[in-house]
Amino acid sequence: MLEIKGLKARVEDKEILRGIDLAIRAGEVHALMGPNGSGKSTLANVLAGREDFEVTAGTVTYDGADLLACSPEERARKGIFLAFQYPVEIPGVNNTYFLKAALNALREARGEPELDSVDFLQLVRERVKLVGLDETLLQRPVNAGFSGGEKKRNEIFQMAVLEPRFAILDETDSGLDIDALRSVADGVNRLRSPARAMLVVTHYERLLEYIVPDFVHVLHQGRIVRSGGKELARELEERGYAWLDGASRNGRSAAPAEKSAARKSKG
Amino acid sequence: MADSNRDIEALANREYKYGFVTEIDSETLPRGLNEEIVRAISERKTEPEWLLEWRLKALRHWLGMTEPSWPNVRHPPIDYQDIIYYSAPKQKARLENLDQVDPELLATFEKLGISLEEQKRLSGVAVDAVFDSVSVATTFKDKLAELGIVFCSFSEAVQSHPELVQRYLGSVVPYTDNYFASLNSAVFSDGSFCYIPAGVRCPMELSTYFRINAANTGQFERTLIVAEPNSYVSYLEGCTAPMRDTNQLHAAVVELVALERAQIKYSTVQNWYPGDKDGKGGIYNFVTKRGACRGRGSKISWTQVETGSAITWKYPSCILQGDDSVGEFHSVAVTNHHQQADTGTKMVHIGKNTRSTIISKGISAGRGQNTYRGLVKVQKGAEGARNFSQCDSLLLGDRCGAHTFPYIEVKNPTAKVEHEATTSRIGEDQIFYCNQRGISTEDAVTLIVNGFCKEVLSELPMEFAVEARNLLGISLEGSVG
Repeated sequence: MLEIKGLKARVEDKEILRGIDLAIRAGEVHALMGPNGSGKSTLANVLAGREDFEVTAGTVTYDGADLLACSPEERARKGIFLAFQYPVEIPGVNNTYFLKAALNALREARGEPELDSVDFLQLVRERVKLVGLDETLLQRPVNAGFSGGEKKRNEIFQMAVLEPRFAILDETDSGLDIDALRSVADGVNRLRSPARAMLVVTHYERLLEYIVPDFVHVLHQGRIVRSGGKELARELEERGYAWLDGASRNGRSAAPAEKSAARKSKG
Repeated sequence: MADSNRDIEALANREYKYGFVTEIDSETLPRGLNEEIVRAISERKTEPEWLLEWRLKALRHWLGMTEPSWPNVRHPPIDYQDIIYYSAPKQKARLENLDQVDPELLATFEKLGISLEEQKRLSGVAVDAVFDSVSVATTFKDKLAELGIVFCSFSEAVQSHPELVQRYLGSVVPYTDNYFASLNSAVFSDGSFCYIPAGVRCPMELSTYFRINAANTGQFERTLIVAEPNSYVSYLEGCTAPMRDTNQLHAAVVELVALERAQIKYSTVQNWYPGDKDGKGGIYNFVTKRGACRGRGSKISWTQVETGSAITWKYPSCILQGDDSVGEFHSVAVTNHHQQADTGTKMVHIGKNTRSTIISKGISAGRGQNTYRGLVKVQKGAEGARNFSQCDSLLLGDRCGAHTFPYIEVKNPTAKVEHEATTSRIGEDQIFYCNQRGISTEDAVTLIVNGFCKEVLSELPMEFAVEARNLLGISLEGSVG
């Protein structure tokens, strides 16, 4: 579904992604972990098409087509969804109205008719339960005055309504207490399907206890330095990220042998 | 970076749609202002002596005045002797009906989307159209006359209902009121007049369409609306002008009189040519609008959507004289590129238990400067007066400005006055957020701006609300970032 090759990106003069290779197939959930500043959010935003980042090398193909040539809204209409790390407040714009505009934009792009208000509200009512979002928030302006937890739930609620094919969750766990984390994770798990892929970006392993990934990748200084199964997340939780400094000095790929060498040298 | 910035630029630079000039024969008086010109205007309109005298008094008063310098706007000095004060489409004879109106002129109104013929047949909106200085057609007059409603051009009212005009002209905005009101009083050439008899609810929206066509011409129209006890009228006003490199002056006066339990709802969608993106040309819109709630329980509400003009300077106000009278002001003012607006309202509470509401939404983009200036004055006898004011500013980009000057004077201890103000910005992050959900930049800006203005837009009559929304789209989708 998604194939990233040799992707490099920078913001202003600072190179943040230094050659990312990653392939994600339909139905898979990939976790992307790494210390602060390793480039996790940059990758998420580059995939969504944020203009603050300049892609300097590499390719991203989505369904066989060049993703980087598409505008952010074209990507969204192709089924790419980014759950924001910091969901944006839009005062004055009703949450439900916003979502309806979004859904109808996606439907229009797919050649489907607009959903009328009755059908839309029915869909909303059904999906709002999925993530345990307080229904009164539907009538409030988008994210305005929402607590941190409410904003994150609102992101997952939007995802449930918009039904993307490829969802990127950018630190959806940050700022959530354990109950909120669990219910957001429940919502996400219910959205897992063979047709849908996800990239879950997180700093902590905790989220991955609830959203169990098929693959875990460790990003460090703009490169994926290690990839593995879900057990890799546990290992990172136990050992922290400090050993990675040695890893990136010694090697640039994610070959396990090199990594274990790095581990030893670090001690 | 900027795909979306480029889109936004393109949208912002979309051309002013109403900028065409109509080739039409006009009768024009020479440039400049003096007694002769005032006499010539009055003569052309075969006005009674008292009106000429009134104009001359206004002129003499104006000659002793200086242009106000307190508005928060900047412009090169206006040479009042370089303006043409009267220009009228040439007519061969007095018109009996629309068929005799110059077809060019009718075509112009059609281009503007107000086909008088269509209006007449379909929409039930009675239209008075003022082209340059004179009123060219008033539709639906007969139907309104059956109810005793008078809706005609100002010049016509002077002839047909001189007693009403004489009684109310200048009774809300005296000719000494301010620099531009005095100027208008001296040289006003036409406008609309509307009279609703006691107990009559006007069955349709009354509408005036103003158009400046001739170059170097000022437009000085005068509108007077009188609502007798227990009557109701909703009045709409729209305006456009051709694109020209030089600035043109528009100094109108609007006077409203609401007697006991009468209601006047006055809505404006102002879209005078705003000048080009570098700030060249555009209309100076210096307007005095005021309503007097004279009777107990009367109500006047102003709703305005101001998207045009190089400079807007206006404060539609309410004098709440009658006990229990109500004044409302709902405003959306947009400044893009180099536009400047200094607008707001005055609510003067005189009667007991008078109430007023002010909702002002200022939107600044490009290098636009937007000022809200408002006065809430509660006089000594205004027992139990209440006011609520809300002034919100929305900024697009970082080169524009929003300013708020609320003045509050309260002389009665039982009064309640509330003021709320907010300032927010449409940021790239909001646009990106919308884009990421599949919403185009154009739709995102419209969504955010309409959300910001919805309390005001919902006050507009339906057909106007649609036009206003489109206008906001055109004027505003610019300069984010």
